[in-house]
Amino acid sequence: MIPELGHYALVLALALALVQSVAPIVGVRTRDDALMRLGSSTALVQFGFVAFAFAALVTSYLTSDFSVANVYENSHSLMPTIYKFTSTWGNHEGSMLLWVLILSLFGALVAAFGINLPATLKANVLAVQAWIASAFYLFILFTSNPFLRLANPPFEGRALNPVLQDPGLAIHPPFLYLGYVGFSIAFSFAAAALIEGRIDAAWARFVRPWILVAWMALTLGIAMGSYWAYYELGWGGWWFWDPVENASLMPWLAGTALLHSAVVMEKRNALKIWTILLAVLTFSLSLIGTFLVRSGVLTSVHAFANDPTRGIFILVILVVFIGGALGLFAWRAPLLKQGGLFAPISREGALVLNNLFLTTACLTVLVGTLYPIALEALTGEKISVGAPFFNLTFGPVFIPLLLAMPFGPLLAWKRGDIYGVAQRLMAAGALAILAVAIVLVAQYGRATLAPFGIGLAVFVMGGAVSDMVERTGVFRLPGATARARARGLPRSVWGTAAAHFGIGLTLLGIVCVTHWSDEKIVELKPGESTIVRHYHLTFEGIVPRQGPNYRDQIAKFTVRSGGAVVGEMMPSKRTFVARDMTTTESALMTRGVSQLYISIGDARSDGSIAVRIYYKPLVLLIWLGAVVMAFGGGLSLSDRRLRVGAPKPAARAAMQPAE
Amino acid sequence: MTRKQRRLTLIGSGLAVLAIAVGLILGALRQSIVFFNSPSDILEQHVSAGSRIRVGGLVQTGSIERSPDLNIRFEVTDGKSSIPVAYHGIVPDLFREGQGVVIEGKMGPGGVFQADTVLAKHDERYMPKEVVEALKKSGRWQEGEAASK
Repeated sequence: MIPELGHYALVLALALALVQSVAPIVGVRTRDDALMRLGSSTALVQFGFVAFAFAALVTSYLTSDFSVANVYENSHSLMPTIYKFTSTWGNHEGSMLLWVLILSLFGALVAAFGINLPATLKANVLAVQAWIASAFYLFILFTSNPFLRLANPPFEGRALNPVLQDPGLAIHPPFLYLGYVGFSIAFSFAAAALIEGRIDAAWARFVRPWILVAWMALTLGIAMGSYWAYYELGWGGWWFWDPVENASLMPWLAGTALLHSAVVMEKRNALKIWTILLAVLTFSLSLIGTFLVRSGVLTSVHAFANDPTRGIFILVILVVFIGGALGLFAWRAPLLKQGGLFAPISREGALVLNNLFLTTACLTVLVGTLYPIALEALTGEKISVGAPFFNLTFGPVFIPLLLAMPFGPLLAWKRGDIYGVAQRLMAAGALAILAVAIVLVAQYGRATLAPFGIGLAVFVMGGAVSDMVERTGVFRLPGATARARARGLPRSVWGTAAAHFGIGLTLLGIVCVTHWSDEKIVELKPGESTIVRHYHLTFEGIVPRQGPNYRDQIAKFTVRSGGAVVGEMMPSKRTFVARDMTTTESALMTRGVSQLYISIGDARSDGSIAVRIYYKPLVLLIWLGAVVMAFGGGLSLSDRRLRVGAPKPAARAAMQPAE
Repeated sequence: MTRKQRRLTLIGSGLAVLAIAVGLILGALRQSIVFFNSPSDILEQHVSAGSRIRVGGLVQTGSIERSPDLNIRFEVTDGKSSIPVAYHGIVPDLFREGQGVVIEGKMGPGGVFQADTVLAKHDERYMPKEVVEALKKSGRWQEGEAASK
C-alpha cells in the first residue's frame, strides 16, 4: 500500500508542477495577482507530495519490503539500518527521487522565503522551476519508477553494492545534489529575467544567497566524494579526473565564476548579460553532469544501470533546457541594458579576470570529459583521457588565477591602484618567496615544481590574511579601534577572506601529497616489520571478525615511532555474504593533518600478505580547505544585507525598464 | 580610455586566454591520450613498443602465475587471441580468472605487455564497457551475459 501511495503522490506532484508551469506566467501576462500567487501555493504543496513519495520509498527500505523491485535489487534484511536508509539513494531510481525532492525543496524555499521578490519575478521564477520539475517527474514516472512491484516477492534482497556501504555515501550524494539542483534556482531567475526583459542590481541581490547555498553544498559534496574515493577505493588517490568527478567539478567552476560575477552586478550594476549567461551555463553543466552519470554513457561506480531509453530521455531534457535557455538568451539578452563602466585595473577588472580563468578552466575539463565520448560516437575509436591531460591544461590555467587572487579583494571598485595593492601584499609576497627558498634548499634537485607550489599556497593564504589585517588595521591602530573595525566589517568580507584562505590550504595539501607522499608495496609474514618514513610497522597477523552482513579478515599492524607504540592499524578484506563480493577496507592513522594509510591484498597460503603502505603528508588539508571555503560561504550568507534583503523602496527605484 | 577601447581590451584579453587554452588542449590531446585496444587488435596491428595503451578482456583461466615480490603474470583474452601481461603490485579485489579487466601500460620487449594499472569491475553485476566491446568485436559476447553472472 505504501509504495502505491508514494507513486500516487509523485503523479499528483507532476499534476501540480504542470499547473505551476503555466498559471503564474499567464498571471503575469494578464496582470492577475491570484494566478501569480498560485505558483507559491503549488510549489509548497508539490514539495509536500514529493517528500511524501520519498518517505514512502524510505519506509519500504527500512521495513525491507522486497516486493518492491527497487528494494529487492538494492537492500538486504541483514544490512545495518543506516545503510538500509542510504540504499534509498544508492541506486538509479532512488537517486532521481532524491534529485526531484531537492528540486521541489528549493522551489518551496523560494515560495516561502522570497517575500521581498517582486511579484512578477517570483511568478516567472516559480514557473521556470516547475518546467524543470515536470520534466524530471515525467522522467521518473516513465523510465525510472522506484515503486514498481514484483509479482512474486522474494524472501531476501540482493543487497547494496558493498563499495557503497559506507558512511561517506550517506552524505555525499545529498550534498552533491543540493549543489547541482541548487543552481536550478539561478537558472530559473535568469530565465525569468530574460522573459521579463529587464534586470538590475536587485536581481543579483535576490539570486546571490541561492548561488551561495548551492556553491557551499557542492563544495562540501565534492570534498566528501573525494575523501570517500580516497579511503574506500584503496588506491590512496584523492582525485582521479574520472568523468564522474569532472561532472561535479564543472558546475563548481562555473558556479564559482557566477558567484563572483553576481557580486559585480550587485555592487556596480555591470556584467549583467554575462551573469545571466553564466547562470544558464552553470545549471546546464549540472544537467550535463546528471546526464553523464545517469545515462550509462560512462562506466563507473556511479553508473547504476544502463538503460538506453533513460539516456535518450535525459538527453532530450538536456537539449530542450539548454537549447531553450540559450535560445531565449539570444532572443532577449539584447533587450537588457548595458551596465556601468570600469577601468581594467579595478575590483571589477579583477573579477572579470577571475571569470575568464574559471570559465576557461571549466572549458578544458569539459573538452577532456566529452572528447572521448564524442570521438567514440563519431569514429568508433576508443580513447581515455586521464590525469596527464588535465595536468597539462587545467594546471596552467589555474595558476595565474591563484596568483591574481590575493590582488582582487584589495583593489578598489571602479579604478584601482595596482602599486598600492602590491605594497600591501609585500608581506605575503616576502613570506611566499621565503617559503620557496626554504623548500628549494631543503629539497635541492629532488622536487623542481613543489617549492613554487608551496610558495603559491603561502601567497594565497598570506594574501587573505593581509586583506583582513589591512581592513581591520590590527597592527596600525590601537587594539580597541581595530576590534571595533573588525566587528564593523560586513560578514561577506570575512567570508571572502576565509574562502580564499581555504583555497590556499587545499593547494598546500595537494602540493605536499603530490610531491612528498611515500608509497611502499611489500609482502609481509606475521611478525615481520617494515619502515615507512619515520614509522615502524609490524604485521601481527590476521584475525577474523564477523560483522552484521559481512566477514572481515583483519590484518593487525602495530605502529611505532621512535621506539614508542603510537597505535594499531587494522586494514581488512571484507567479504559481503549477500553478493559474495570482497572489498578492501583500508586503515588510516591520522597524525596531525598527515595520514598513514594501509591497504592489503589477498593473503597467501604461507600466511604472508601483500601490503600497500602510504605516508601522506598534510593530506587532510585538501578537504579541510574545502570545509574552510564552505565556512566562508556560510559567513557570507549570514551577512545582514543578504538576510534582510534589499530595502524595498530602493530596490524599486533601482528597477529600470528595458529599452 | 573610451568605452569602446575598454570593451576591446576586455574582448582581446578574453580571446587571448581562450587561444592559450585551446593551444594547451590541442597539445595535451596529442601527448596524453591513451588508445583502447582489444588483444586481437594488438596482435593484428603490431602496436609499437613504448606507446601507452589500454587493453580490455577477460583474465585467461589458468594463466595467473604469482611469483615472490608481488610480481604477477597472466594472460588477457578476448576469446579469439590473448596477450601475456606482467604486473608488479597488488591486484584489485575482483581480479580473478575468467573475470573482466582493463589494463593500462606499454607493450614491452618480447611481446609481453607491461601493465602499470590493473582495473577490475566495481561490481559483480556489470562488465567494464571496454571488455564488453572487446568481446563483441571477437564475437564471443552474448547479450545478457553480464546480467546472468
